[in-house]
Amino acid sequence: MDQLTATIGASAALRPHEAANLVEVDDLKVHFPIRSGIFKTVQGTVKAVDGVTFDVRRGETLGLVGESGCGKSTIGRAMIRLREPTSGTVRFDGVDLTTLKTGALRKMRRRMQIIFQDPYGSLDPRMTVGSIVSEPIETHHLASGAAKKERVAELLGLVGLDPKYVSRYPHEFSGGQRQRIGVARALAVEPEFIVCDEPISALDVSIQAQVLNLLTDLRSRLGLTYLFVAHDLSVVKHISDRVAVMYLGKVVEIGPPDQLYAAPGHPYSRALLSAVPVPDPVSERKRKRVILKGDVPSPVNPPPGCRFHTRCWLYERLGKPENCRTIDPPLEVLSGEHRAACHYAAEALKTDVGIAHLDLSSSIRRGTPDSALALLKAGKAVEVTEAEKAAAAPAADTGAAG
Amino acid sequence: MATNTAVQGRIAVRPRRSAGLWSDAFGRLRKNRLAILGLILVMLLLFVGIFGPLIAPWDYRINDLAAVAANGNRPLPPFSPNHLLGTDTLGRDLFSRLLDGARISVSVAFVVQIVILTIGVPVGALAGWFGGRLDNFLMRLTDVIYAFPDLLFIILLSVAFRETFFGKALDGLLLVFVAIGITSWVTVARLVRGQMLALKETEFVEAARAIGVSDRRIVLRHLLPNGIGPVIVAITLGIPGAILSESTLAYIGVGVQPPRASWGSLIAEGQKYVRSEPHLVVFPAICIALALIGFTFLGDGLRDALDPKLKGKQ
Amino acid sequence: MAIEEAETGVDAPTIIEVSPEDARRATIEQSGRAIERNADKLLQVRGLSTHFFTPDGVVQAVDDVSFEVDYGETLGLVGESGCGKSVTALSVARLVPNPPGRIIAGEILFDGINVLKLSDDDMRKLRGKEIGFIFQDPLTSLNPTLTIGYQIAETIREHMGLPRKAALERVAELLAKVGIPRPKDRLNDYPFHFSGGMRQRVMIAIALACDPKLILADEPTTALDVTIQAQILELIQTLSDEFQTAVLMITHDLGIAAGMCDRVNVMYAGRIVETGTVDEMFEEPKMPYSWGLLDSLPRIDDIRGARLRTIEGMPPLLITPPDACRFAARCSYVRDVCRTDEPELNARGDSGHLARCWGTETGGWIS
Repeated sequence: MDQLTATIGASAALRPHEAANLVEVDDLKVHFPIRSGIFKTVQGTVKAVDGVTFDVRRGETLGLVGESGCGKSTIGRAMIRLREPTSGTVRFDGVDLTTLKTGALRKMRRRMQIIFQDPYGSLDPRMTVGSIVSEPIETHHLASGAAKKERVAELLGLVGLDPKYVSRYPHEFSGGQRQRIGVARALAVEPEFIVCDEPISALDVSIQAQVLNLLTDLRSRLGLTYLFVAHDLSVVKHISDRVAVMYLGKVVEIGPPDQLYAAPGHPYSRALLSAVPVPDPVSERKRKRVILKGDVPSPVNPPPGCRFHTRCWLYERLGKPENCRTIDPPLEVLSGEHRAACHYAAEALKTDVGIAHLDLSSSIRRGTPDSALALLKAGKAVEVTEAEKAAAAPAADTGAAG
Repeated sequence: MATNTAVQGRIAVRPRRSAGLWSDAFGRLRKNRLAILGLILVMLLLFVGIFGPLIAPWDYRINDLAAVAANGNRPLPPFSPNHLLGTDTLGRDLFSRLLDGARISVSVAFVVQIVILTIGVPVGALAGWFGGRLDNFLMRLTDVIYAFPDLLFIILLSVAFRETFFGKALDGLLLVFVAIGITSWVTVARLVRGQMLALKETEFVEAARAIGVSDRRIVLRHLLPNGIGPVIVAITLGIPGAILSESTLAYIGVGVQPPRASWGSLIAEGQKYVRSEPHLVVFPAICIALALIGFTFLGDGLRDALDPKLKGKQ
Repeated sequence: MAIEEAETGVDAPTIIEVSPEDARRATIEQSGRAIERNADKLLQVRGLSTHFFTPDGVVQAVDDVSFEVDYGETLGLVGESGCGKSVTALSVARLVPNPPGRIIAGEILFDGINVLKLSDDDMRKLRGKEIGFIFQDPLTSLNPTLTIGYQIAETIREHMGLPRKAALERVAELLAKVGIPRPKDRLNDYPFHFSGGMRQRVMIAIALACDPKLILADEPTTALDVTIQAQILELIQTLSDEFQTAVLMITHDLGIAAGMCDRVNVMYAGRIVETGTVDEMFEEPKMPYSWGLLDSLPRIDDIRGARLRTIEGMPPLLITPPDACRFAARCSYVRDVCRTDEPELNARGDSGHLARCWGTETGGWIS
């Protein structure tokens, strides 16, 4: 285990660029043509990702949230060139991925990996766990023979699985364990960047926490950078350093989660946040919500101007201003790192709509460590340091990811 | 067997009796009585087909004319002294000829399937994996062949090449193999293509691409092992069709020629005597029926075993 | 205070200015309906056990479960996958697939009627008229070859005896009630013409078609996006308040339980391990599993970054459940008695708050 982390650390030292941005996405578009008829003529285009620009900094976790059809899964895959971008560029550590040839791309794949959502579909049912985890090692000729076996055992241990199960098949494991196998597979090549595509959505609630802890532990141990794609806003807030909200193929808001969740600048973010149920009956009874009407428009024909204006409560409230219908708002700075793509973000910020405030007087049981709550009550800012994190965990929950 | 998850090492894995998916499938197969019956029949056929000449009391070509003459110039009935199942008009021992027929049927069963696999699997795999124009082209090709009237085509081929070296090779069997094989590979090709298309989109294949595994390795390591199940079933269920085709050909006088004794030609020869010496027709017919039943039950059983979700549905 | 709605009509978003609590009260008052009570409680389940007879063994999916649902109340059945919540609901409606499942013990009283003693035909009538269903996947619950109008009218005509024209009118009314725009035009549409959220609304319309006393909602929003989920949950709540229908809400999402339910039952490994009002349950749970669940959930109003407190291990196999507390293997408060004897579901305090844990009983070691 230490050998593994030492290797990653060493290769990090050897890297020439220590640029702050590990991944740079520039005006990325991924369009899928819709073909029909005998001659398969193109009838329309699904604009899954329609002009997205952002960076992922080295060592950070960028959370990507949105509902179905927003393009978040497509972006994750396009960023590691598992889907071909239609236009725009993706630069990984300065190298433009979109123009790489097969051989160079394969070498690059060592540095970026992906963890999938479906624990049942993402593992080949006819391969043993050992073969699944060794396949990346073999593909990149990282080790062979006994060294390879050792590596596989290390990796399994790293994700909390007993190495003696190396000759078992995926169907013998539970969903949470299969996800761990998937994580082990992703780590086998010693990547720097991992796209986590809804890695815990398909798991039971109590298992989600286990796997989430595993991902955060690995992140700090191995110095990983994550793109965390999810639809669960609570999970994303927990794990991310910055959060980007997507709607219909574009990023509509991006910023540090504390700021974004407490004071969202984009009306869609407000609606999204207000829709999330909080396990707190007192809060639920009091929260004022935005209930959006209708369904998400199709990515084939996004509305003109601002894509959200057809469902936007602020648009209605402000009397349907014309520029919402005609001009697509760019991402503009609200404060510091926090940016939103709305002509009237300032107005949105003034309202009270959609936010769930942390009620310090509430006696509803929650997972936040009491020490942190005490600090908040005392009016102090809270930075949950390593020490506090350790103190927060009850005695029975130590060490290896469960 | 443990009744609960015991924490072994760090994480508990539910203890299970079986390991791989193949052994699971085999377990299911064993429980299926009809499938086991089918398996027994198939094994019997194989045994007889391979060791036929060793157990046959007579060489199938020998004419025991003396015995026939002694019987008033009529074929001997079953349970005659030297001839277990009787003889035909030329005194050829029926049992021995049936064994030869078994040899022919077994070779048709397997050689034809090999031809089918050799053509069908690559065509299907290429079409499914590459898609696009290649897929289109190959599928239109299969459509054309599929539209062909099989039997007529086989007859045509057989008649056209009957007098050539090709037609005479292996007593006419080579022609039969090739003719049947050429018209039957379409189903397997479509099946393989379908499997490829479905499996190509699975997440574990996506994972393999994300790792950087080469296309060739993905096809060989991931797609084929996962896709092979339905192909095995199709092959097994295709054998009865091949046997029947061969029997039909022999019956109408194309394909295997006497003194080789395909079951179909035995029926053709014996049908003149069906009223007086029905054994000449009945026994070959029973053989064909048993062979068909055997492979069909086995094939059904394999299908259920390899994909239990389909059980009970058609 | 009224709910503000923009003038452009049904398609405009709604900002709920009034708190949900007040809105619900208003709805109930305005509905002016009286509940017709034939018994003390609408649904009384006692000692229900449903087992599945599989080739691998007998799976004791639901084991001696007892609970009640009052008229007009929303009860949550909360738990993770495999805990038996869905099977419990199916058992109540006698919809457990017969091989391999069977209700082997227990008593179910619905509106005073003994459900398990009814003939199949009577059960069918009861089910159609008095129980409405909202399942997780609207796609497979609707017949794709029949129009929506036909499917809903079919139910109405069967159980309410209305003639065709009247039935279709009621269908249009229902569709409007569930928020489908231009309902009369959509009567002749097929299920695939509707989006996921719309289909779920259609399911709700079907569920309410015959004015049932109970709605069984089994993970009705799990397959939906979060903003659509909010719409659907709000709809279920409003309509159940307006029609004074009881709701049995099955979910794994504690947030949904907190927002929708009056009372909550927590299930684990085929048993009910805690039951109480929603406030009791979330404020002072009395069972380590409930704590574990609440503690392990990240929340949007929370401080980020702290390591989540997890429940280690996995739920037990239900084929031969242990003769002890089923949560013992994963509990951080476990003691010897937990491993040898199973605790009873008994009271904590004077209210109806019950829990199944040795440690939290009076005199137990957990304070």
